[in-house]
Order: sequence, then C-alpha cells, then structure tokens
Amino acid sequence: MYVRHLQLGDFRSWEHADLTLRPGPTVLVGANGEGKTNLVEALGYVATLGSHRVSSDAPLVRHGTQRAVVRAAVVNGGRELLVELEIAPGRANRARLNRGAAARPRDVLGALRTVLFAPEDLSMVRGDPGERRRFIDDLLVARAPRFAGVRTDYERVLKQRGALLKSSGAARRSSGDLRTLEVWDGHLARHGADLLAGRLDLVADLAPHVTRAYANVAATGENSGPAGRVAEARYRGSLGESMPEGYGTAHGPRADTEVLEAALLEELARVRDQELERGVCLVGPHRDDLELVLGEAPAKGYASHGESWSLALALRLASYHLLSEDGAEPVLVLDDVFAELDRRRRARLAELVAGAEQVLVTAAVPEDVPDELSGDRFDVRDGKVWRVE
Amino acid sequence: MYEGPVQDLIDELGRLPGVGPKSAQRIAFHLLAAETEDVTRLQDALQSVKEGVVFCDVCGNVSEQQRCRICLDSRREPKLVCVVEEPKDVLAIERTREFRGRYHVLGGALDPLSGVGPDQLRVRELVNRIGTDEVTEVIIATDPNTEGEATATYLVRLLQDFPGLSVTRLASGLPMGGDLEFADEMTLGRALSGRRTA
Ligand SMILES: Nc1ncnc2c1ncn2[C@@H]1O[C@H](COP(=O)(O)OP(=O)(O)OP(=O)(O)O)[C@@H](O)[C@H]1O
Ligand SMILES: [Mg+2]
Ligand SMILES: [Zn+2]
Repeated sequence: MYVRHLQLGDFRSWEHADLTLRPGPTVLVGANGEGKTNLVEALGYVATLGSHRVSSDAPLVRHGTQRAVVRAAVVNGGRELLVELEIAPGRANRARLNRGAAARPRDVLGALRTVLFAPEDLSMVRGDPGERRRFIDDLLVARAPRFAGVRTDYERVLKQRGALLKSSGAARRSSGDLRTLEVWDGHLARHGADLLAGRLDLVADLAPHVTRAYANVAATGENSGPAGRVAEARYRGSLGESMPEGYGTAHGPRADTEVLEAALLEELARVRDQELERGVCLVGPHRDDLELVLGEAPAKGYASHGESWSLALALRLASYHLLSEDGAEPVLVLDDVFAELDRRRRARLAELVAGAEQVLVTAAVPEDVPDELSGDRFDVRDGKVWRVE
Repeated sequence: MYEGPVQDLIDELGRLPGVGPKSAQRIAFHLLAAETEDVTRLQDALQSVKEGVVFCDVCGNVSEQQRCRICLDSRREPKLVCVVEEPKDVLAIERTREFRGRYHVLGGALDPLSGVGPDQLRVRELVNRIGTDEVTEVIIATDPNTEGEATATYLVRLLQDFPGLSVTRLASGLPMGGDLEFADEMTLGRALSGRRTA
C-alpha cells in the first residue's frame, strides 16, 4: 500500500500541511526542529492511533488550539481509502472513512499499516522489557486490529486487580475481598490468555524473519565483527513451567487460548499469598519479555552499539516482512535513522528497503541518505513543506 | 483563575461527571448572563432533587416515594428482576418496551480503583429480595465494560446456589467498552430478548 495524500491541521507544529506523495522513496529534508518527525508521526497515528513519541494525545495538538485533524488517502491494491481523524484531548476522538458517517477511531485501524524506524528503536534492544512488550503488542495490533481491544481490556483488568490486591493486603483480607479477587482472577486469565496467545503466535511467525533480517543487515564482510553470529528472538513468559511446550516457536503448535487460560489460573493460585503479601500482580503477559539473543549471549548488556543497532533494524525489517507476508505491504518510514548508523549499516539498510512499495525518509542533511533512496524530495522549513523538482 | 463566587461555581460544575474545565467555564458564564428566573428555576430543581427524591426501598431506583412506580405496579412481573448499575440504565431498558419485570439498581459496579466492593453496592439487598420475593429469574444487565463484566461474574457466582433461580445475562451484541445507556433501543431490545443462561 502507499499513502497518496497526507493533510494535517493543527497537528504538532503544523497549522496546515498538505503533501501529495507517490510510491517509491520520498525524502523529507529540513533542519532540526522544522517538523519532519511531526509529519511522519501523524502518519503513524493514522496507522496505530498513537504516537511513537508520547503516550497521551495532548502534545499532538498544536499549542493554543483545541483539536488536530489528520487526513490520509491510502491506496491499497488499486483502491483508495480516505481516513480522517480528529484528535481532541479531553473529549472523544472522532474518525471517518471515505467521508462516511462518524466511526469509532478503532474502526479505522487496519486502513493504513506502517513500519516506523526511529532513533528511539535502540531502546527495544537495550531498554526494559516494557519496550519490547510494546513492540510486540503494536505489531500484533497492526496485524490483527481486534487486539487493540484485547490489550485495553487486559490493562484495565490488571489495574483493577492491582488496586484490589493493594487494599486487600492492607485490610488483612476479608472473605468478601477474596471472593471478588477470584472474579478478577478469572477475567485477568481470560483477557491475559487472549493477549498471550496472540503474542506467542506472533513471535512464532516473527522469529525466523528476525534471524534472517539480522543476517542480512550484519552481512559478513570486512568490519562486520564476529562472523556467523545468529540472532534469535524468543518469547519469555511469566508462566514458567506451566507454559506448554513449543508455544511461540516457529515449528511448535499454535497457542490454544483455553490451555493458556487454565495455565494462568493455576499460576495465579500458586502465587496468591505472595501477591497479597506484596500487593502486586505477579503473573500475566504484563510481566513477559521478548528475549533477544545474539550468538550465545543476551543482546541486552552484551551486544556492542553497532550490533544493537543491527538487531533493532532487524526487528523492524522483520515486522515489515511479516506484515507484507500476511496482507498488504506496509509503508516504511525511516525517521532520522541514517544519521545514527555507520556507513556500512546505512548502505545495507538502504539496499534492503529500496524495493519497498513506499518509503518515507526524513533527514536533516540530504548527504545522510544513501543514493538508492533518492526518489522524490520535499523540503521542510518555516512551517511549510514543498516538493523539490 | 477568576475571583470568588465565579471560580467557586466553575469548580463545583467541574466536579460533575462529564463536565471538563472548559465546559464548566462555559456553563458558569452562561448562568452569569442568564435571566434571574431561569437561574431560580434551576436552583429549585437542584434543591428539590435532594429534598424531594428518595431511593426506592425495594429496588434502589430514584423515586418520589418510599416505593417507586415500577415496584408498585401490579402489572409488572415480580418474579422477574433485571439488575442494573444505575437509575439511568432503568430508563434505557424501559425505552425498549421489551421488559415487563422489575428492577434492582446496584448503585454502581465493582471498581477496586475507586474503592467499590460488594459492600458498597446494593448486593445484600438483592440477595434478601430473592430470598423473600419468590424471584425466579434474574437478568444481569450491567454495563458491557470491564467493571460491569466483573460485577456480572460476581453476581452469577453468588446467585448460582439459589435453588430454582435462573440467572441470565444480556445477549452479546452490545458494543463492548460502553455504557448501557448509550446502546440504541433496537440493540438493547435484541440483547434483552436474546438473553442467555449465565
Ligand atoms: N503541540 C505542539 N504545538 C506546537 N509546536 C510543537 C508541538 N509539538 C512539538 N512542536 C514543535 O515541533 C518541533 C519539533 O518538530 P520535529 O520533531 O518534527 O522536528 P524534526 O524536523 O524532526 O527535527 P530533528 O531533525 O531534530 O529530528 C519543535 O520545535 C517543537 O517545539
Ligand atoms: Mg525528527
Ligand atoms: Zn422500586
């Protein structure tokens, strides 16, 4: 798929922006702070209903205004779809497809798929498990939008159960509290199993792509470091022993939600006293991690800076391949990543994405962008963006 | 910040559900500019809602007397009780004209984050009522969201030990994550007639 037209109103620094885009590579060039990332962030918002930089909507609305509007015309398999979103913090966001009746924002998920490479990606490799959970869950939603609901339901139940655990611990657990705790256990297990099954199957499908993409990015040659190091991604769940054999692996069985629900309930019963003691929820997908291994060692804490970058790129490339494989090819967005990479990785990345249906690249200096990606060019300055012929 | 009474009014309005700081400000200035009679009428309505309205002893719905009109209406089937979270949900279900039984208003849903457990809801009253009023069917119509679902599960477990009592839930099809009151009449009516055993 590709984005044919992007229009912003009062989004971030943009009072107004209007870009007509074409398939193939497009480079957006402008000095620091001119608003390049803001442009691609808007596109990411259409795809995910969230920003890769902030967790709330408020910063997305231009200072001094009440609401932001993003319009994107997306061409997919010859059909064009117009997505319109109105972001109004403190009120309900609104959405529309093809100028039809107002829809819930959730209903436009899936109209546009993007894979965004950003300087922050390094934290997927070096950061806390939360960064990697977010990576998996975002990809899960991109692949199957119904998981947006599963994810929010699970988070809500988790919060409620956490509050109950805290108060029960303090109140020395009345029998009424225990009775409601069992109710929340049941709901946590149900939504948790749903989310967990989605993640396990996702990782099972993604892992081979990660290994392959890493080998491609870090292709052996001079300066490539220890040759033949294999990258692997594995799901590490808080279920421990109760996790059925082979779940989350390429050749293992698909995850069975009911089996996982039973396993979660069993684990919850096992740690019940500990949970009441500490007042925190100790079991469930919110405790899990995507383990990244390079050769023999975990990437986190062991991989070099360059290796960590290769792995981060591999995760994004793998996402791109996975999404392409089971549906429409996503739009690639490379926000300022070339400035972060050494020459060899730059060249490899450019080679690997040059053939994509659409690639949007932002850069402060055009020299950072490899020749393979010099397609259309826009300049960004003083609140304006225009095509350079 | 405005001075004295205006800011006090904005603050009070802002504490109402669904009223953000911007709306609070707008309402306050609207009232400031309004005719005295209009403000007096609002004032009277506010006063009488506290003095003149009580909660029905039996079902917990808002009422002008100790028993509400539905609980006093002999044409309404007393053996059939629909459990809802709030009085506004009673209105929503009444609008469907599908339901001929009576109600039980819980006064909320299980919500540990706000410190609401079974003891803060009218759960004990429900249990007593089932024991004495020869209730044979309870329809649980809590909101289709996290808290409403948990409350429903809790009630199903609690009520399953009553001999001869059938406990049903609204059929699915209600938009998840919402409020009962926002479901349109058609959808709610269908959910009511297609209720399933819990
Ligand atoms: N809500 C907002 N309202 C107005 N301006 C905003 C808002 N949010 C961000 N900005 C401004 O947008 C600018 C940042 O834009 P952006 O991150 O897109 O820059 P960039 O072109 O990507 O720069 P760099 O090359 O450094 O990455 C900052 O000057 C910031 O003050
Ligand atoms: Mg930027
Ligand atoms: Zn009554």
